[in-house]
Amino acid sequence: MKKLTFNKYTWRNTKNNIMTSLSILSVVVAVIPLFLIFFYTLAQGISALNIDFFIHMPKPVGETGGGMANALMGTAILIGLGCLFGLPISIFAGVYLAEFGNNTFGKLVRFFTDVLSGVPSIVVGVVAYILVVIPMKQFSALAGGIALGILMIPTATRTTEEMIKLVPQAYREAALAIGIPQWKATLKIILPTALKGITTGVLLAIARAAGETAPLLFTALGNRFWSTDIGHPMASLTVFIYDYAKAPFEDWNRQAWGAAFVLIVLIFIVNITFRFVTRGRYDNHQN
Amino acid sequence: MRKTNINTGDRIFKNTTMIFAIIVFGLVFLMAYEMIRGSQLSLQKFGWKFLTGTVWDPVMDVYGALPYIFGTLTSSFLAMILALPLSIGIAIFLSELAPQWIERPVSFLVELLAAIPSIVYGLWGIVVLVPWLRNSVEPFLIDNFGSFPFFRGAPYGFGMLAAGMILTIMILPIISSISRDVLRAIPNSQREAALAIGATKWETTKIILSDGKSGILGAALLGLGRAVGETMAVTMVIGNRAEISASLLDPGHSMASVIANEFAEATTDLYTSSLIEIALILFAVTIILNVIARLIVWGITKKYKTI
Repeated sequence: MKKLTFNKYTWRNTKNNIMTSLSILSVVVAVIPLFLIFFYTLAQGISALNIDFFIHMPKPVGETGGGMANALMGTAILIGLGCLFGLPISIFAGVYLAEFGNNTFGKLVRFFTDVLSGVPSIVVGVVAYILVVIPMKQFSALAGGIALGILMIPTATRTTEEMIKLVPQAYREAALAIGIPQWKATLKIILPTALKGITTGVLLAIARAAGETAPLLFTALGNRFWSTDIGHPMASLTVFIYDYAKAPFEDWNRQAWGAAFVLIVLIFIVNITFRFVTRGRYDNHQN
Repeated sequence: MRKTNINTGDRIFKNTTMIFAIIVFGLVFLMAYEMIRGSQLSLQKFGWKFLTGTVWDPVMDVYGALPYIFGTLTSSFLAMILALPLSIGIAIFLSELAPQWIERPVSFLVELLAAIPSIVYGLWGIVVLVPWLRNSVEPFLIDNFGSFPFFRGAPYGFGMLAAGMILTIMILPIISSISRDVLRAIPNSQREAALAIGATKWETTKIILSDGKSGILGAALLGLGRAVGETMAVTMVIGNRAEISASLLDPGHSMASVIANEFAEATTDLYTSSLIEIALILFAVTIILNVIARLIVWGITKKYKTI
């Protein structure tokens, strides 16, 4: 009898150990691709990068060398357009949700913002095509910028809301107590206090938009020449990666890795900064 | 918030911000409206047959989306089969097993995976994953499991298997981080009660899992939504051939890929309209998945917050 219970206990213990190991194993399996992708991009990217990459234009098909100066500029312009379109909407909507959103309509907006973040980016590209490219009868950077702007809205709105909510209630009360109207208190006191958090949240949205390819394929299209005209097709880093990755030229593949490296470094810096800025704050908020 | 609006400034401010909130709210409807308008031609011409047609021929101007729907479903379900157990394992590790000094950096690493752009996954897929599948994994599968229809054919590398694996890596972060949040929301008294009557850590975890199963379902649906709409990485490794084949080793196509590949070059109005209809289907599917999933996840976190 005694032996039986002992066996049963050993079995339960073994099962416990097996499941614990499996759980740890799944973490290892998940983190391996991260390291593989990161180090592969690092290794390939660094050797592909040189000063030419940043200041030269793409060479004609078949010639080696050249760079992606126009794509860097293009991505910057597209993101700028996206911000112009997406950020005012996001920040005001975020202020609304944080200050007045404690009702059914606020909940509804929050819910739809979350749902919007699940819409595939290629679908957003199709909508930008219908709204901008068809009426203008031309692929344009403007259409790409609007697509990126729409994609920024969910992240930017929700982080703005969260960051404003983190501002202690006492600030509001103090402002209102000395007779400042609520709108002034929000604009002059609450927003500046939350500014650091909102900025990093916005950067997070920008980083996400900078990595988008699908919505640009048939809006901003791509361009092998220097162009800053937002009414015309424009180059972008991500579309260049796509074209160069598929191309049968080794030098183009090399440059694709260079561009991927630049993107990943940008995105990781922003993500790590965001983590650093918000560290500890969320915890206080939750408790 | 004051009820009597003595101050016009406050009223103007509130209404202005509200207009922008309405814009965010209205975006989803605007998108739906524009796509329904844009796909009128194909909706009228093909009707429901659009979903079951297997011929996609721009020359004859005949469009049927079944091969793309099949490809999206197959690659997404393959990804779910691979990603779900892994994600649950990660969630258990992060919420039940790991001490905080391990949990934080691991959570962060897993979240970084979500921040890598789709195009970089695709590039890595073409250069590293596809050759590895072609040279090692697929020959092995054909030699040992070739009698199953799933693993019949030639080792192309590009195909459903590659797409499913890339998608697995890409949806792991979202499923595991939401499942972790769900498990964490379950009150500690549940764990203490189980441990107090002598349950092992795993037996306790089983109880926690059964408490959190609807939340994990929500997380899985969100991951599925992500997989269904994923474009670039899939396009780059799936092979882009509109065929319906039982073998996972064969090249396929997906709804998002066909839009990415053909939209800019669509020559006739009906062609464009058909592609917009595919986008509309994708939109509808992802919206439905997201609404169900968000409701489930919201429900469960709310339930435990009020306790």
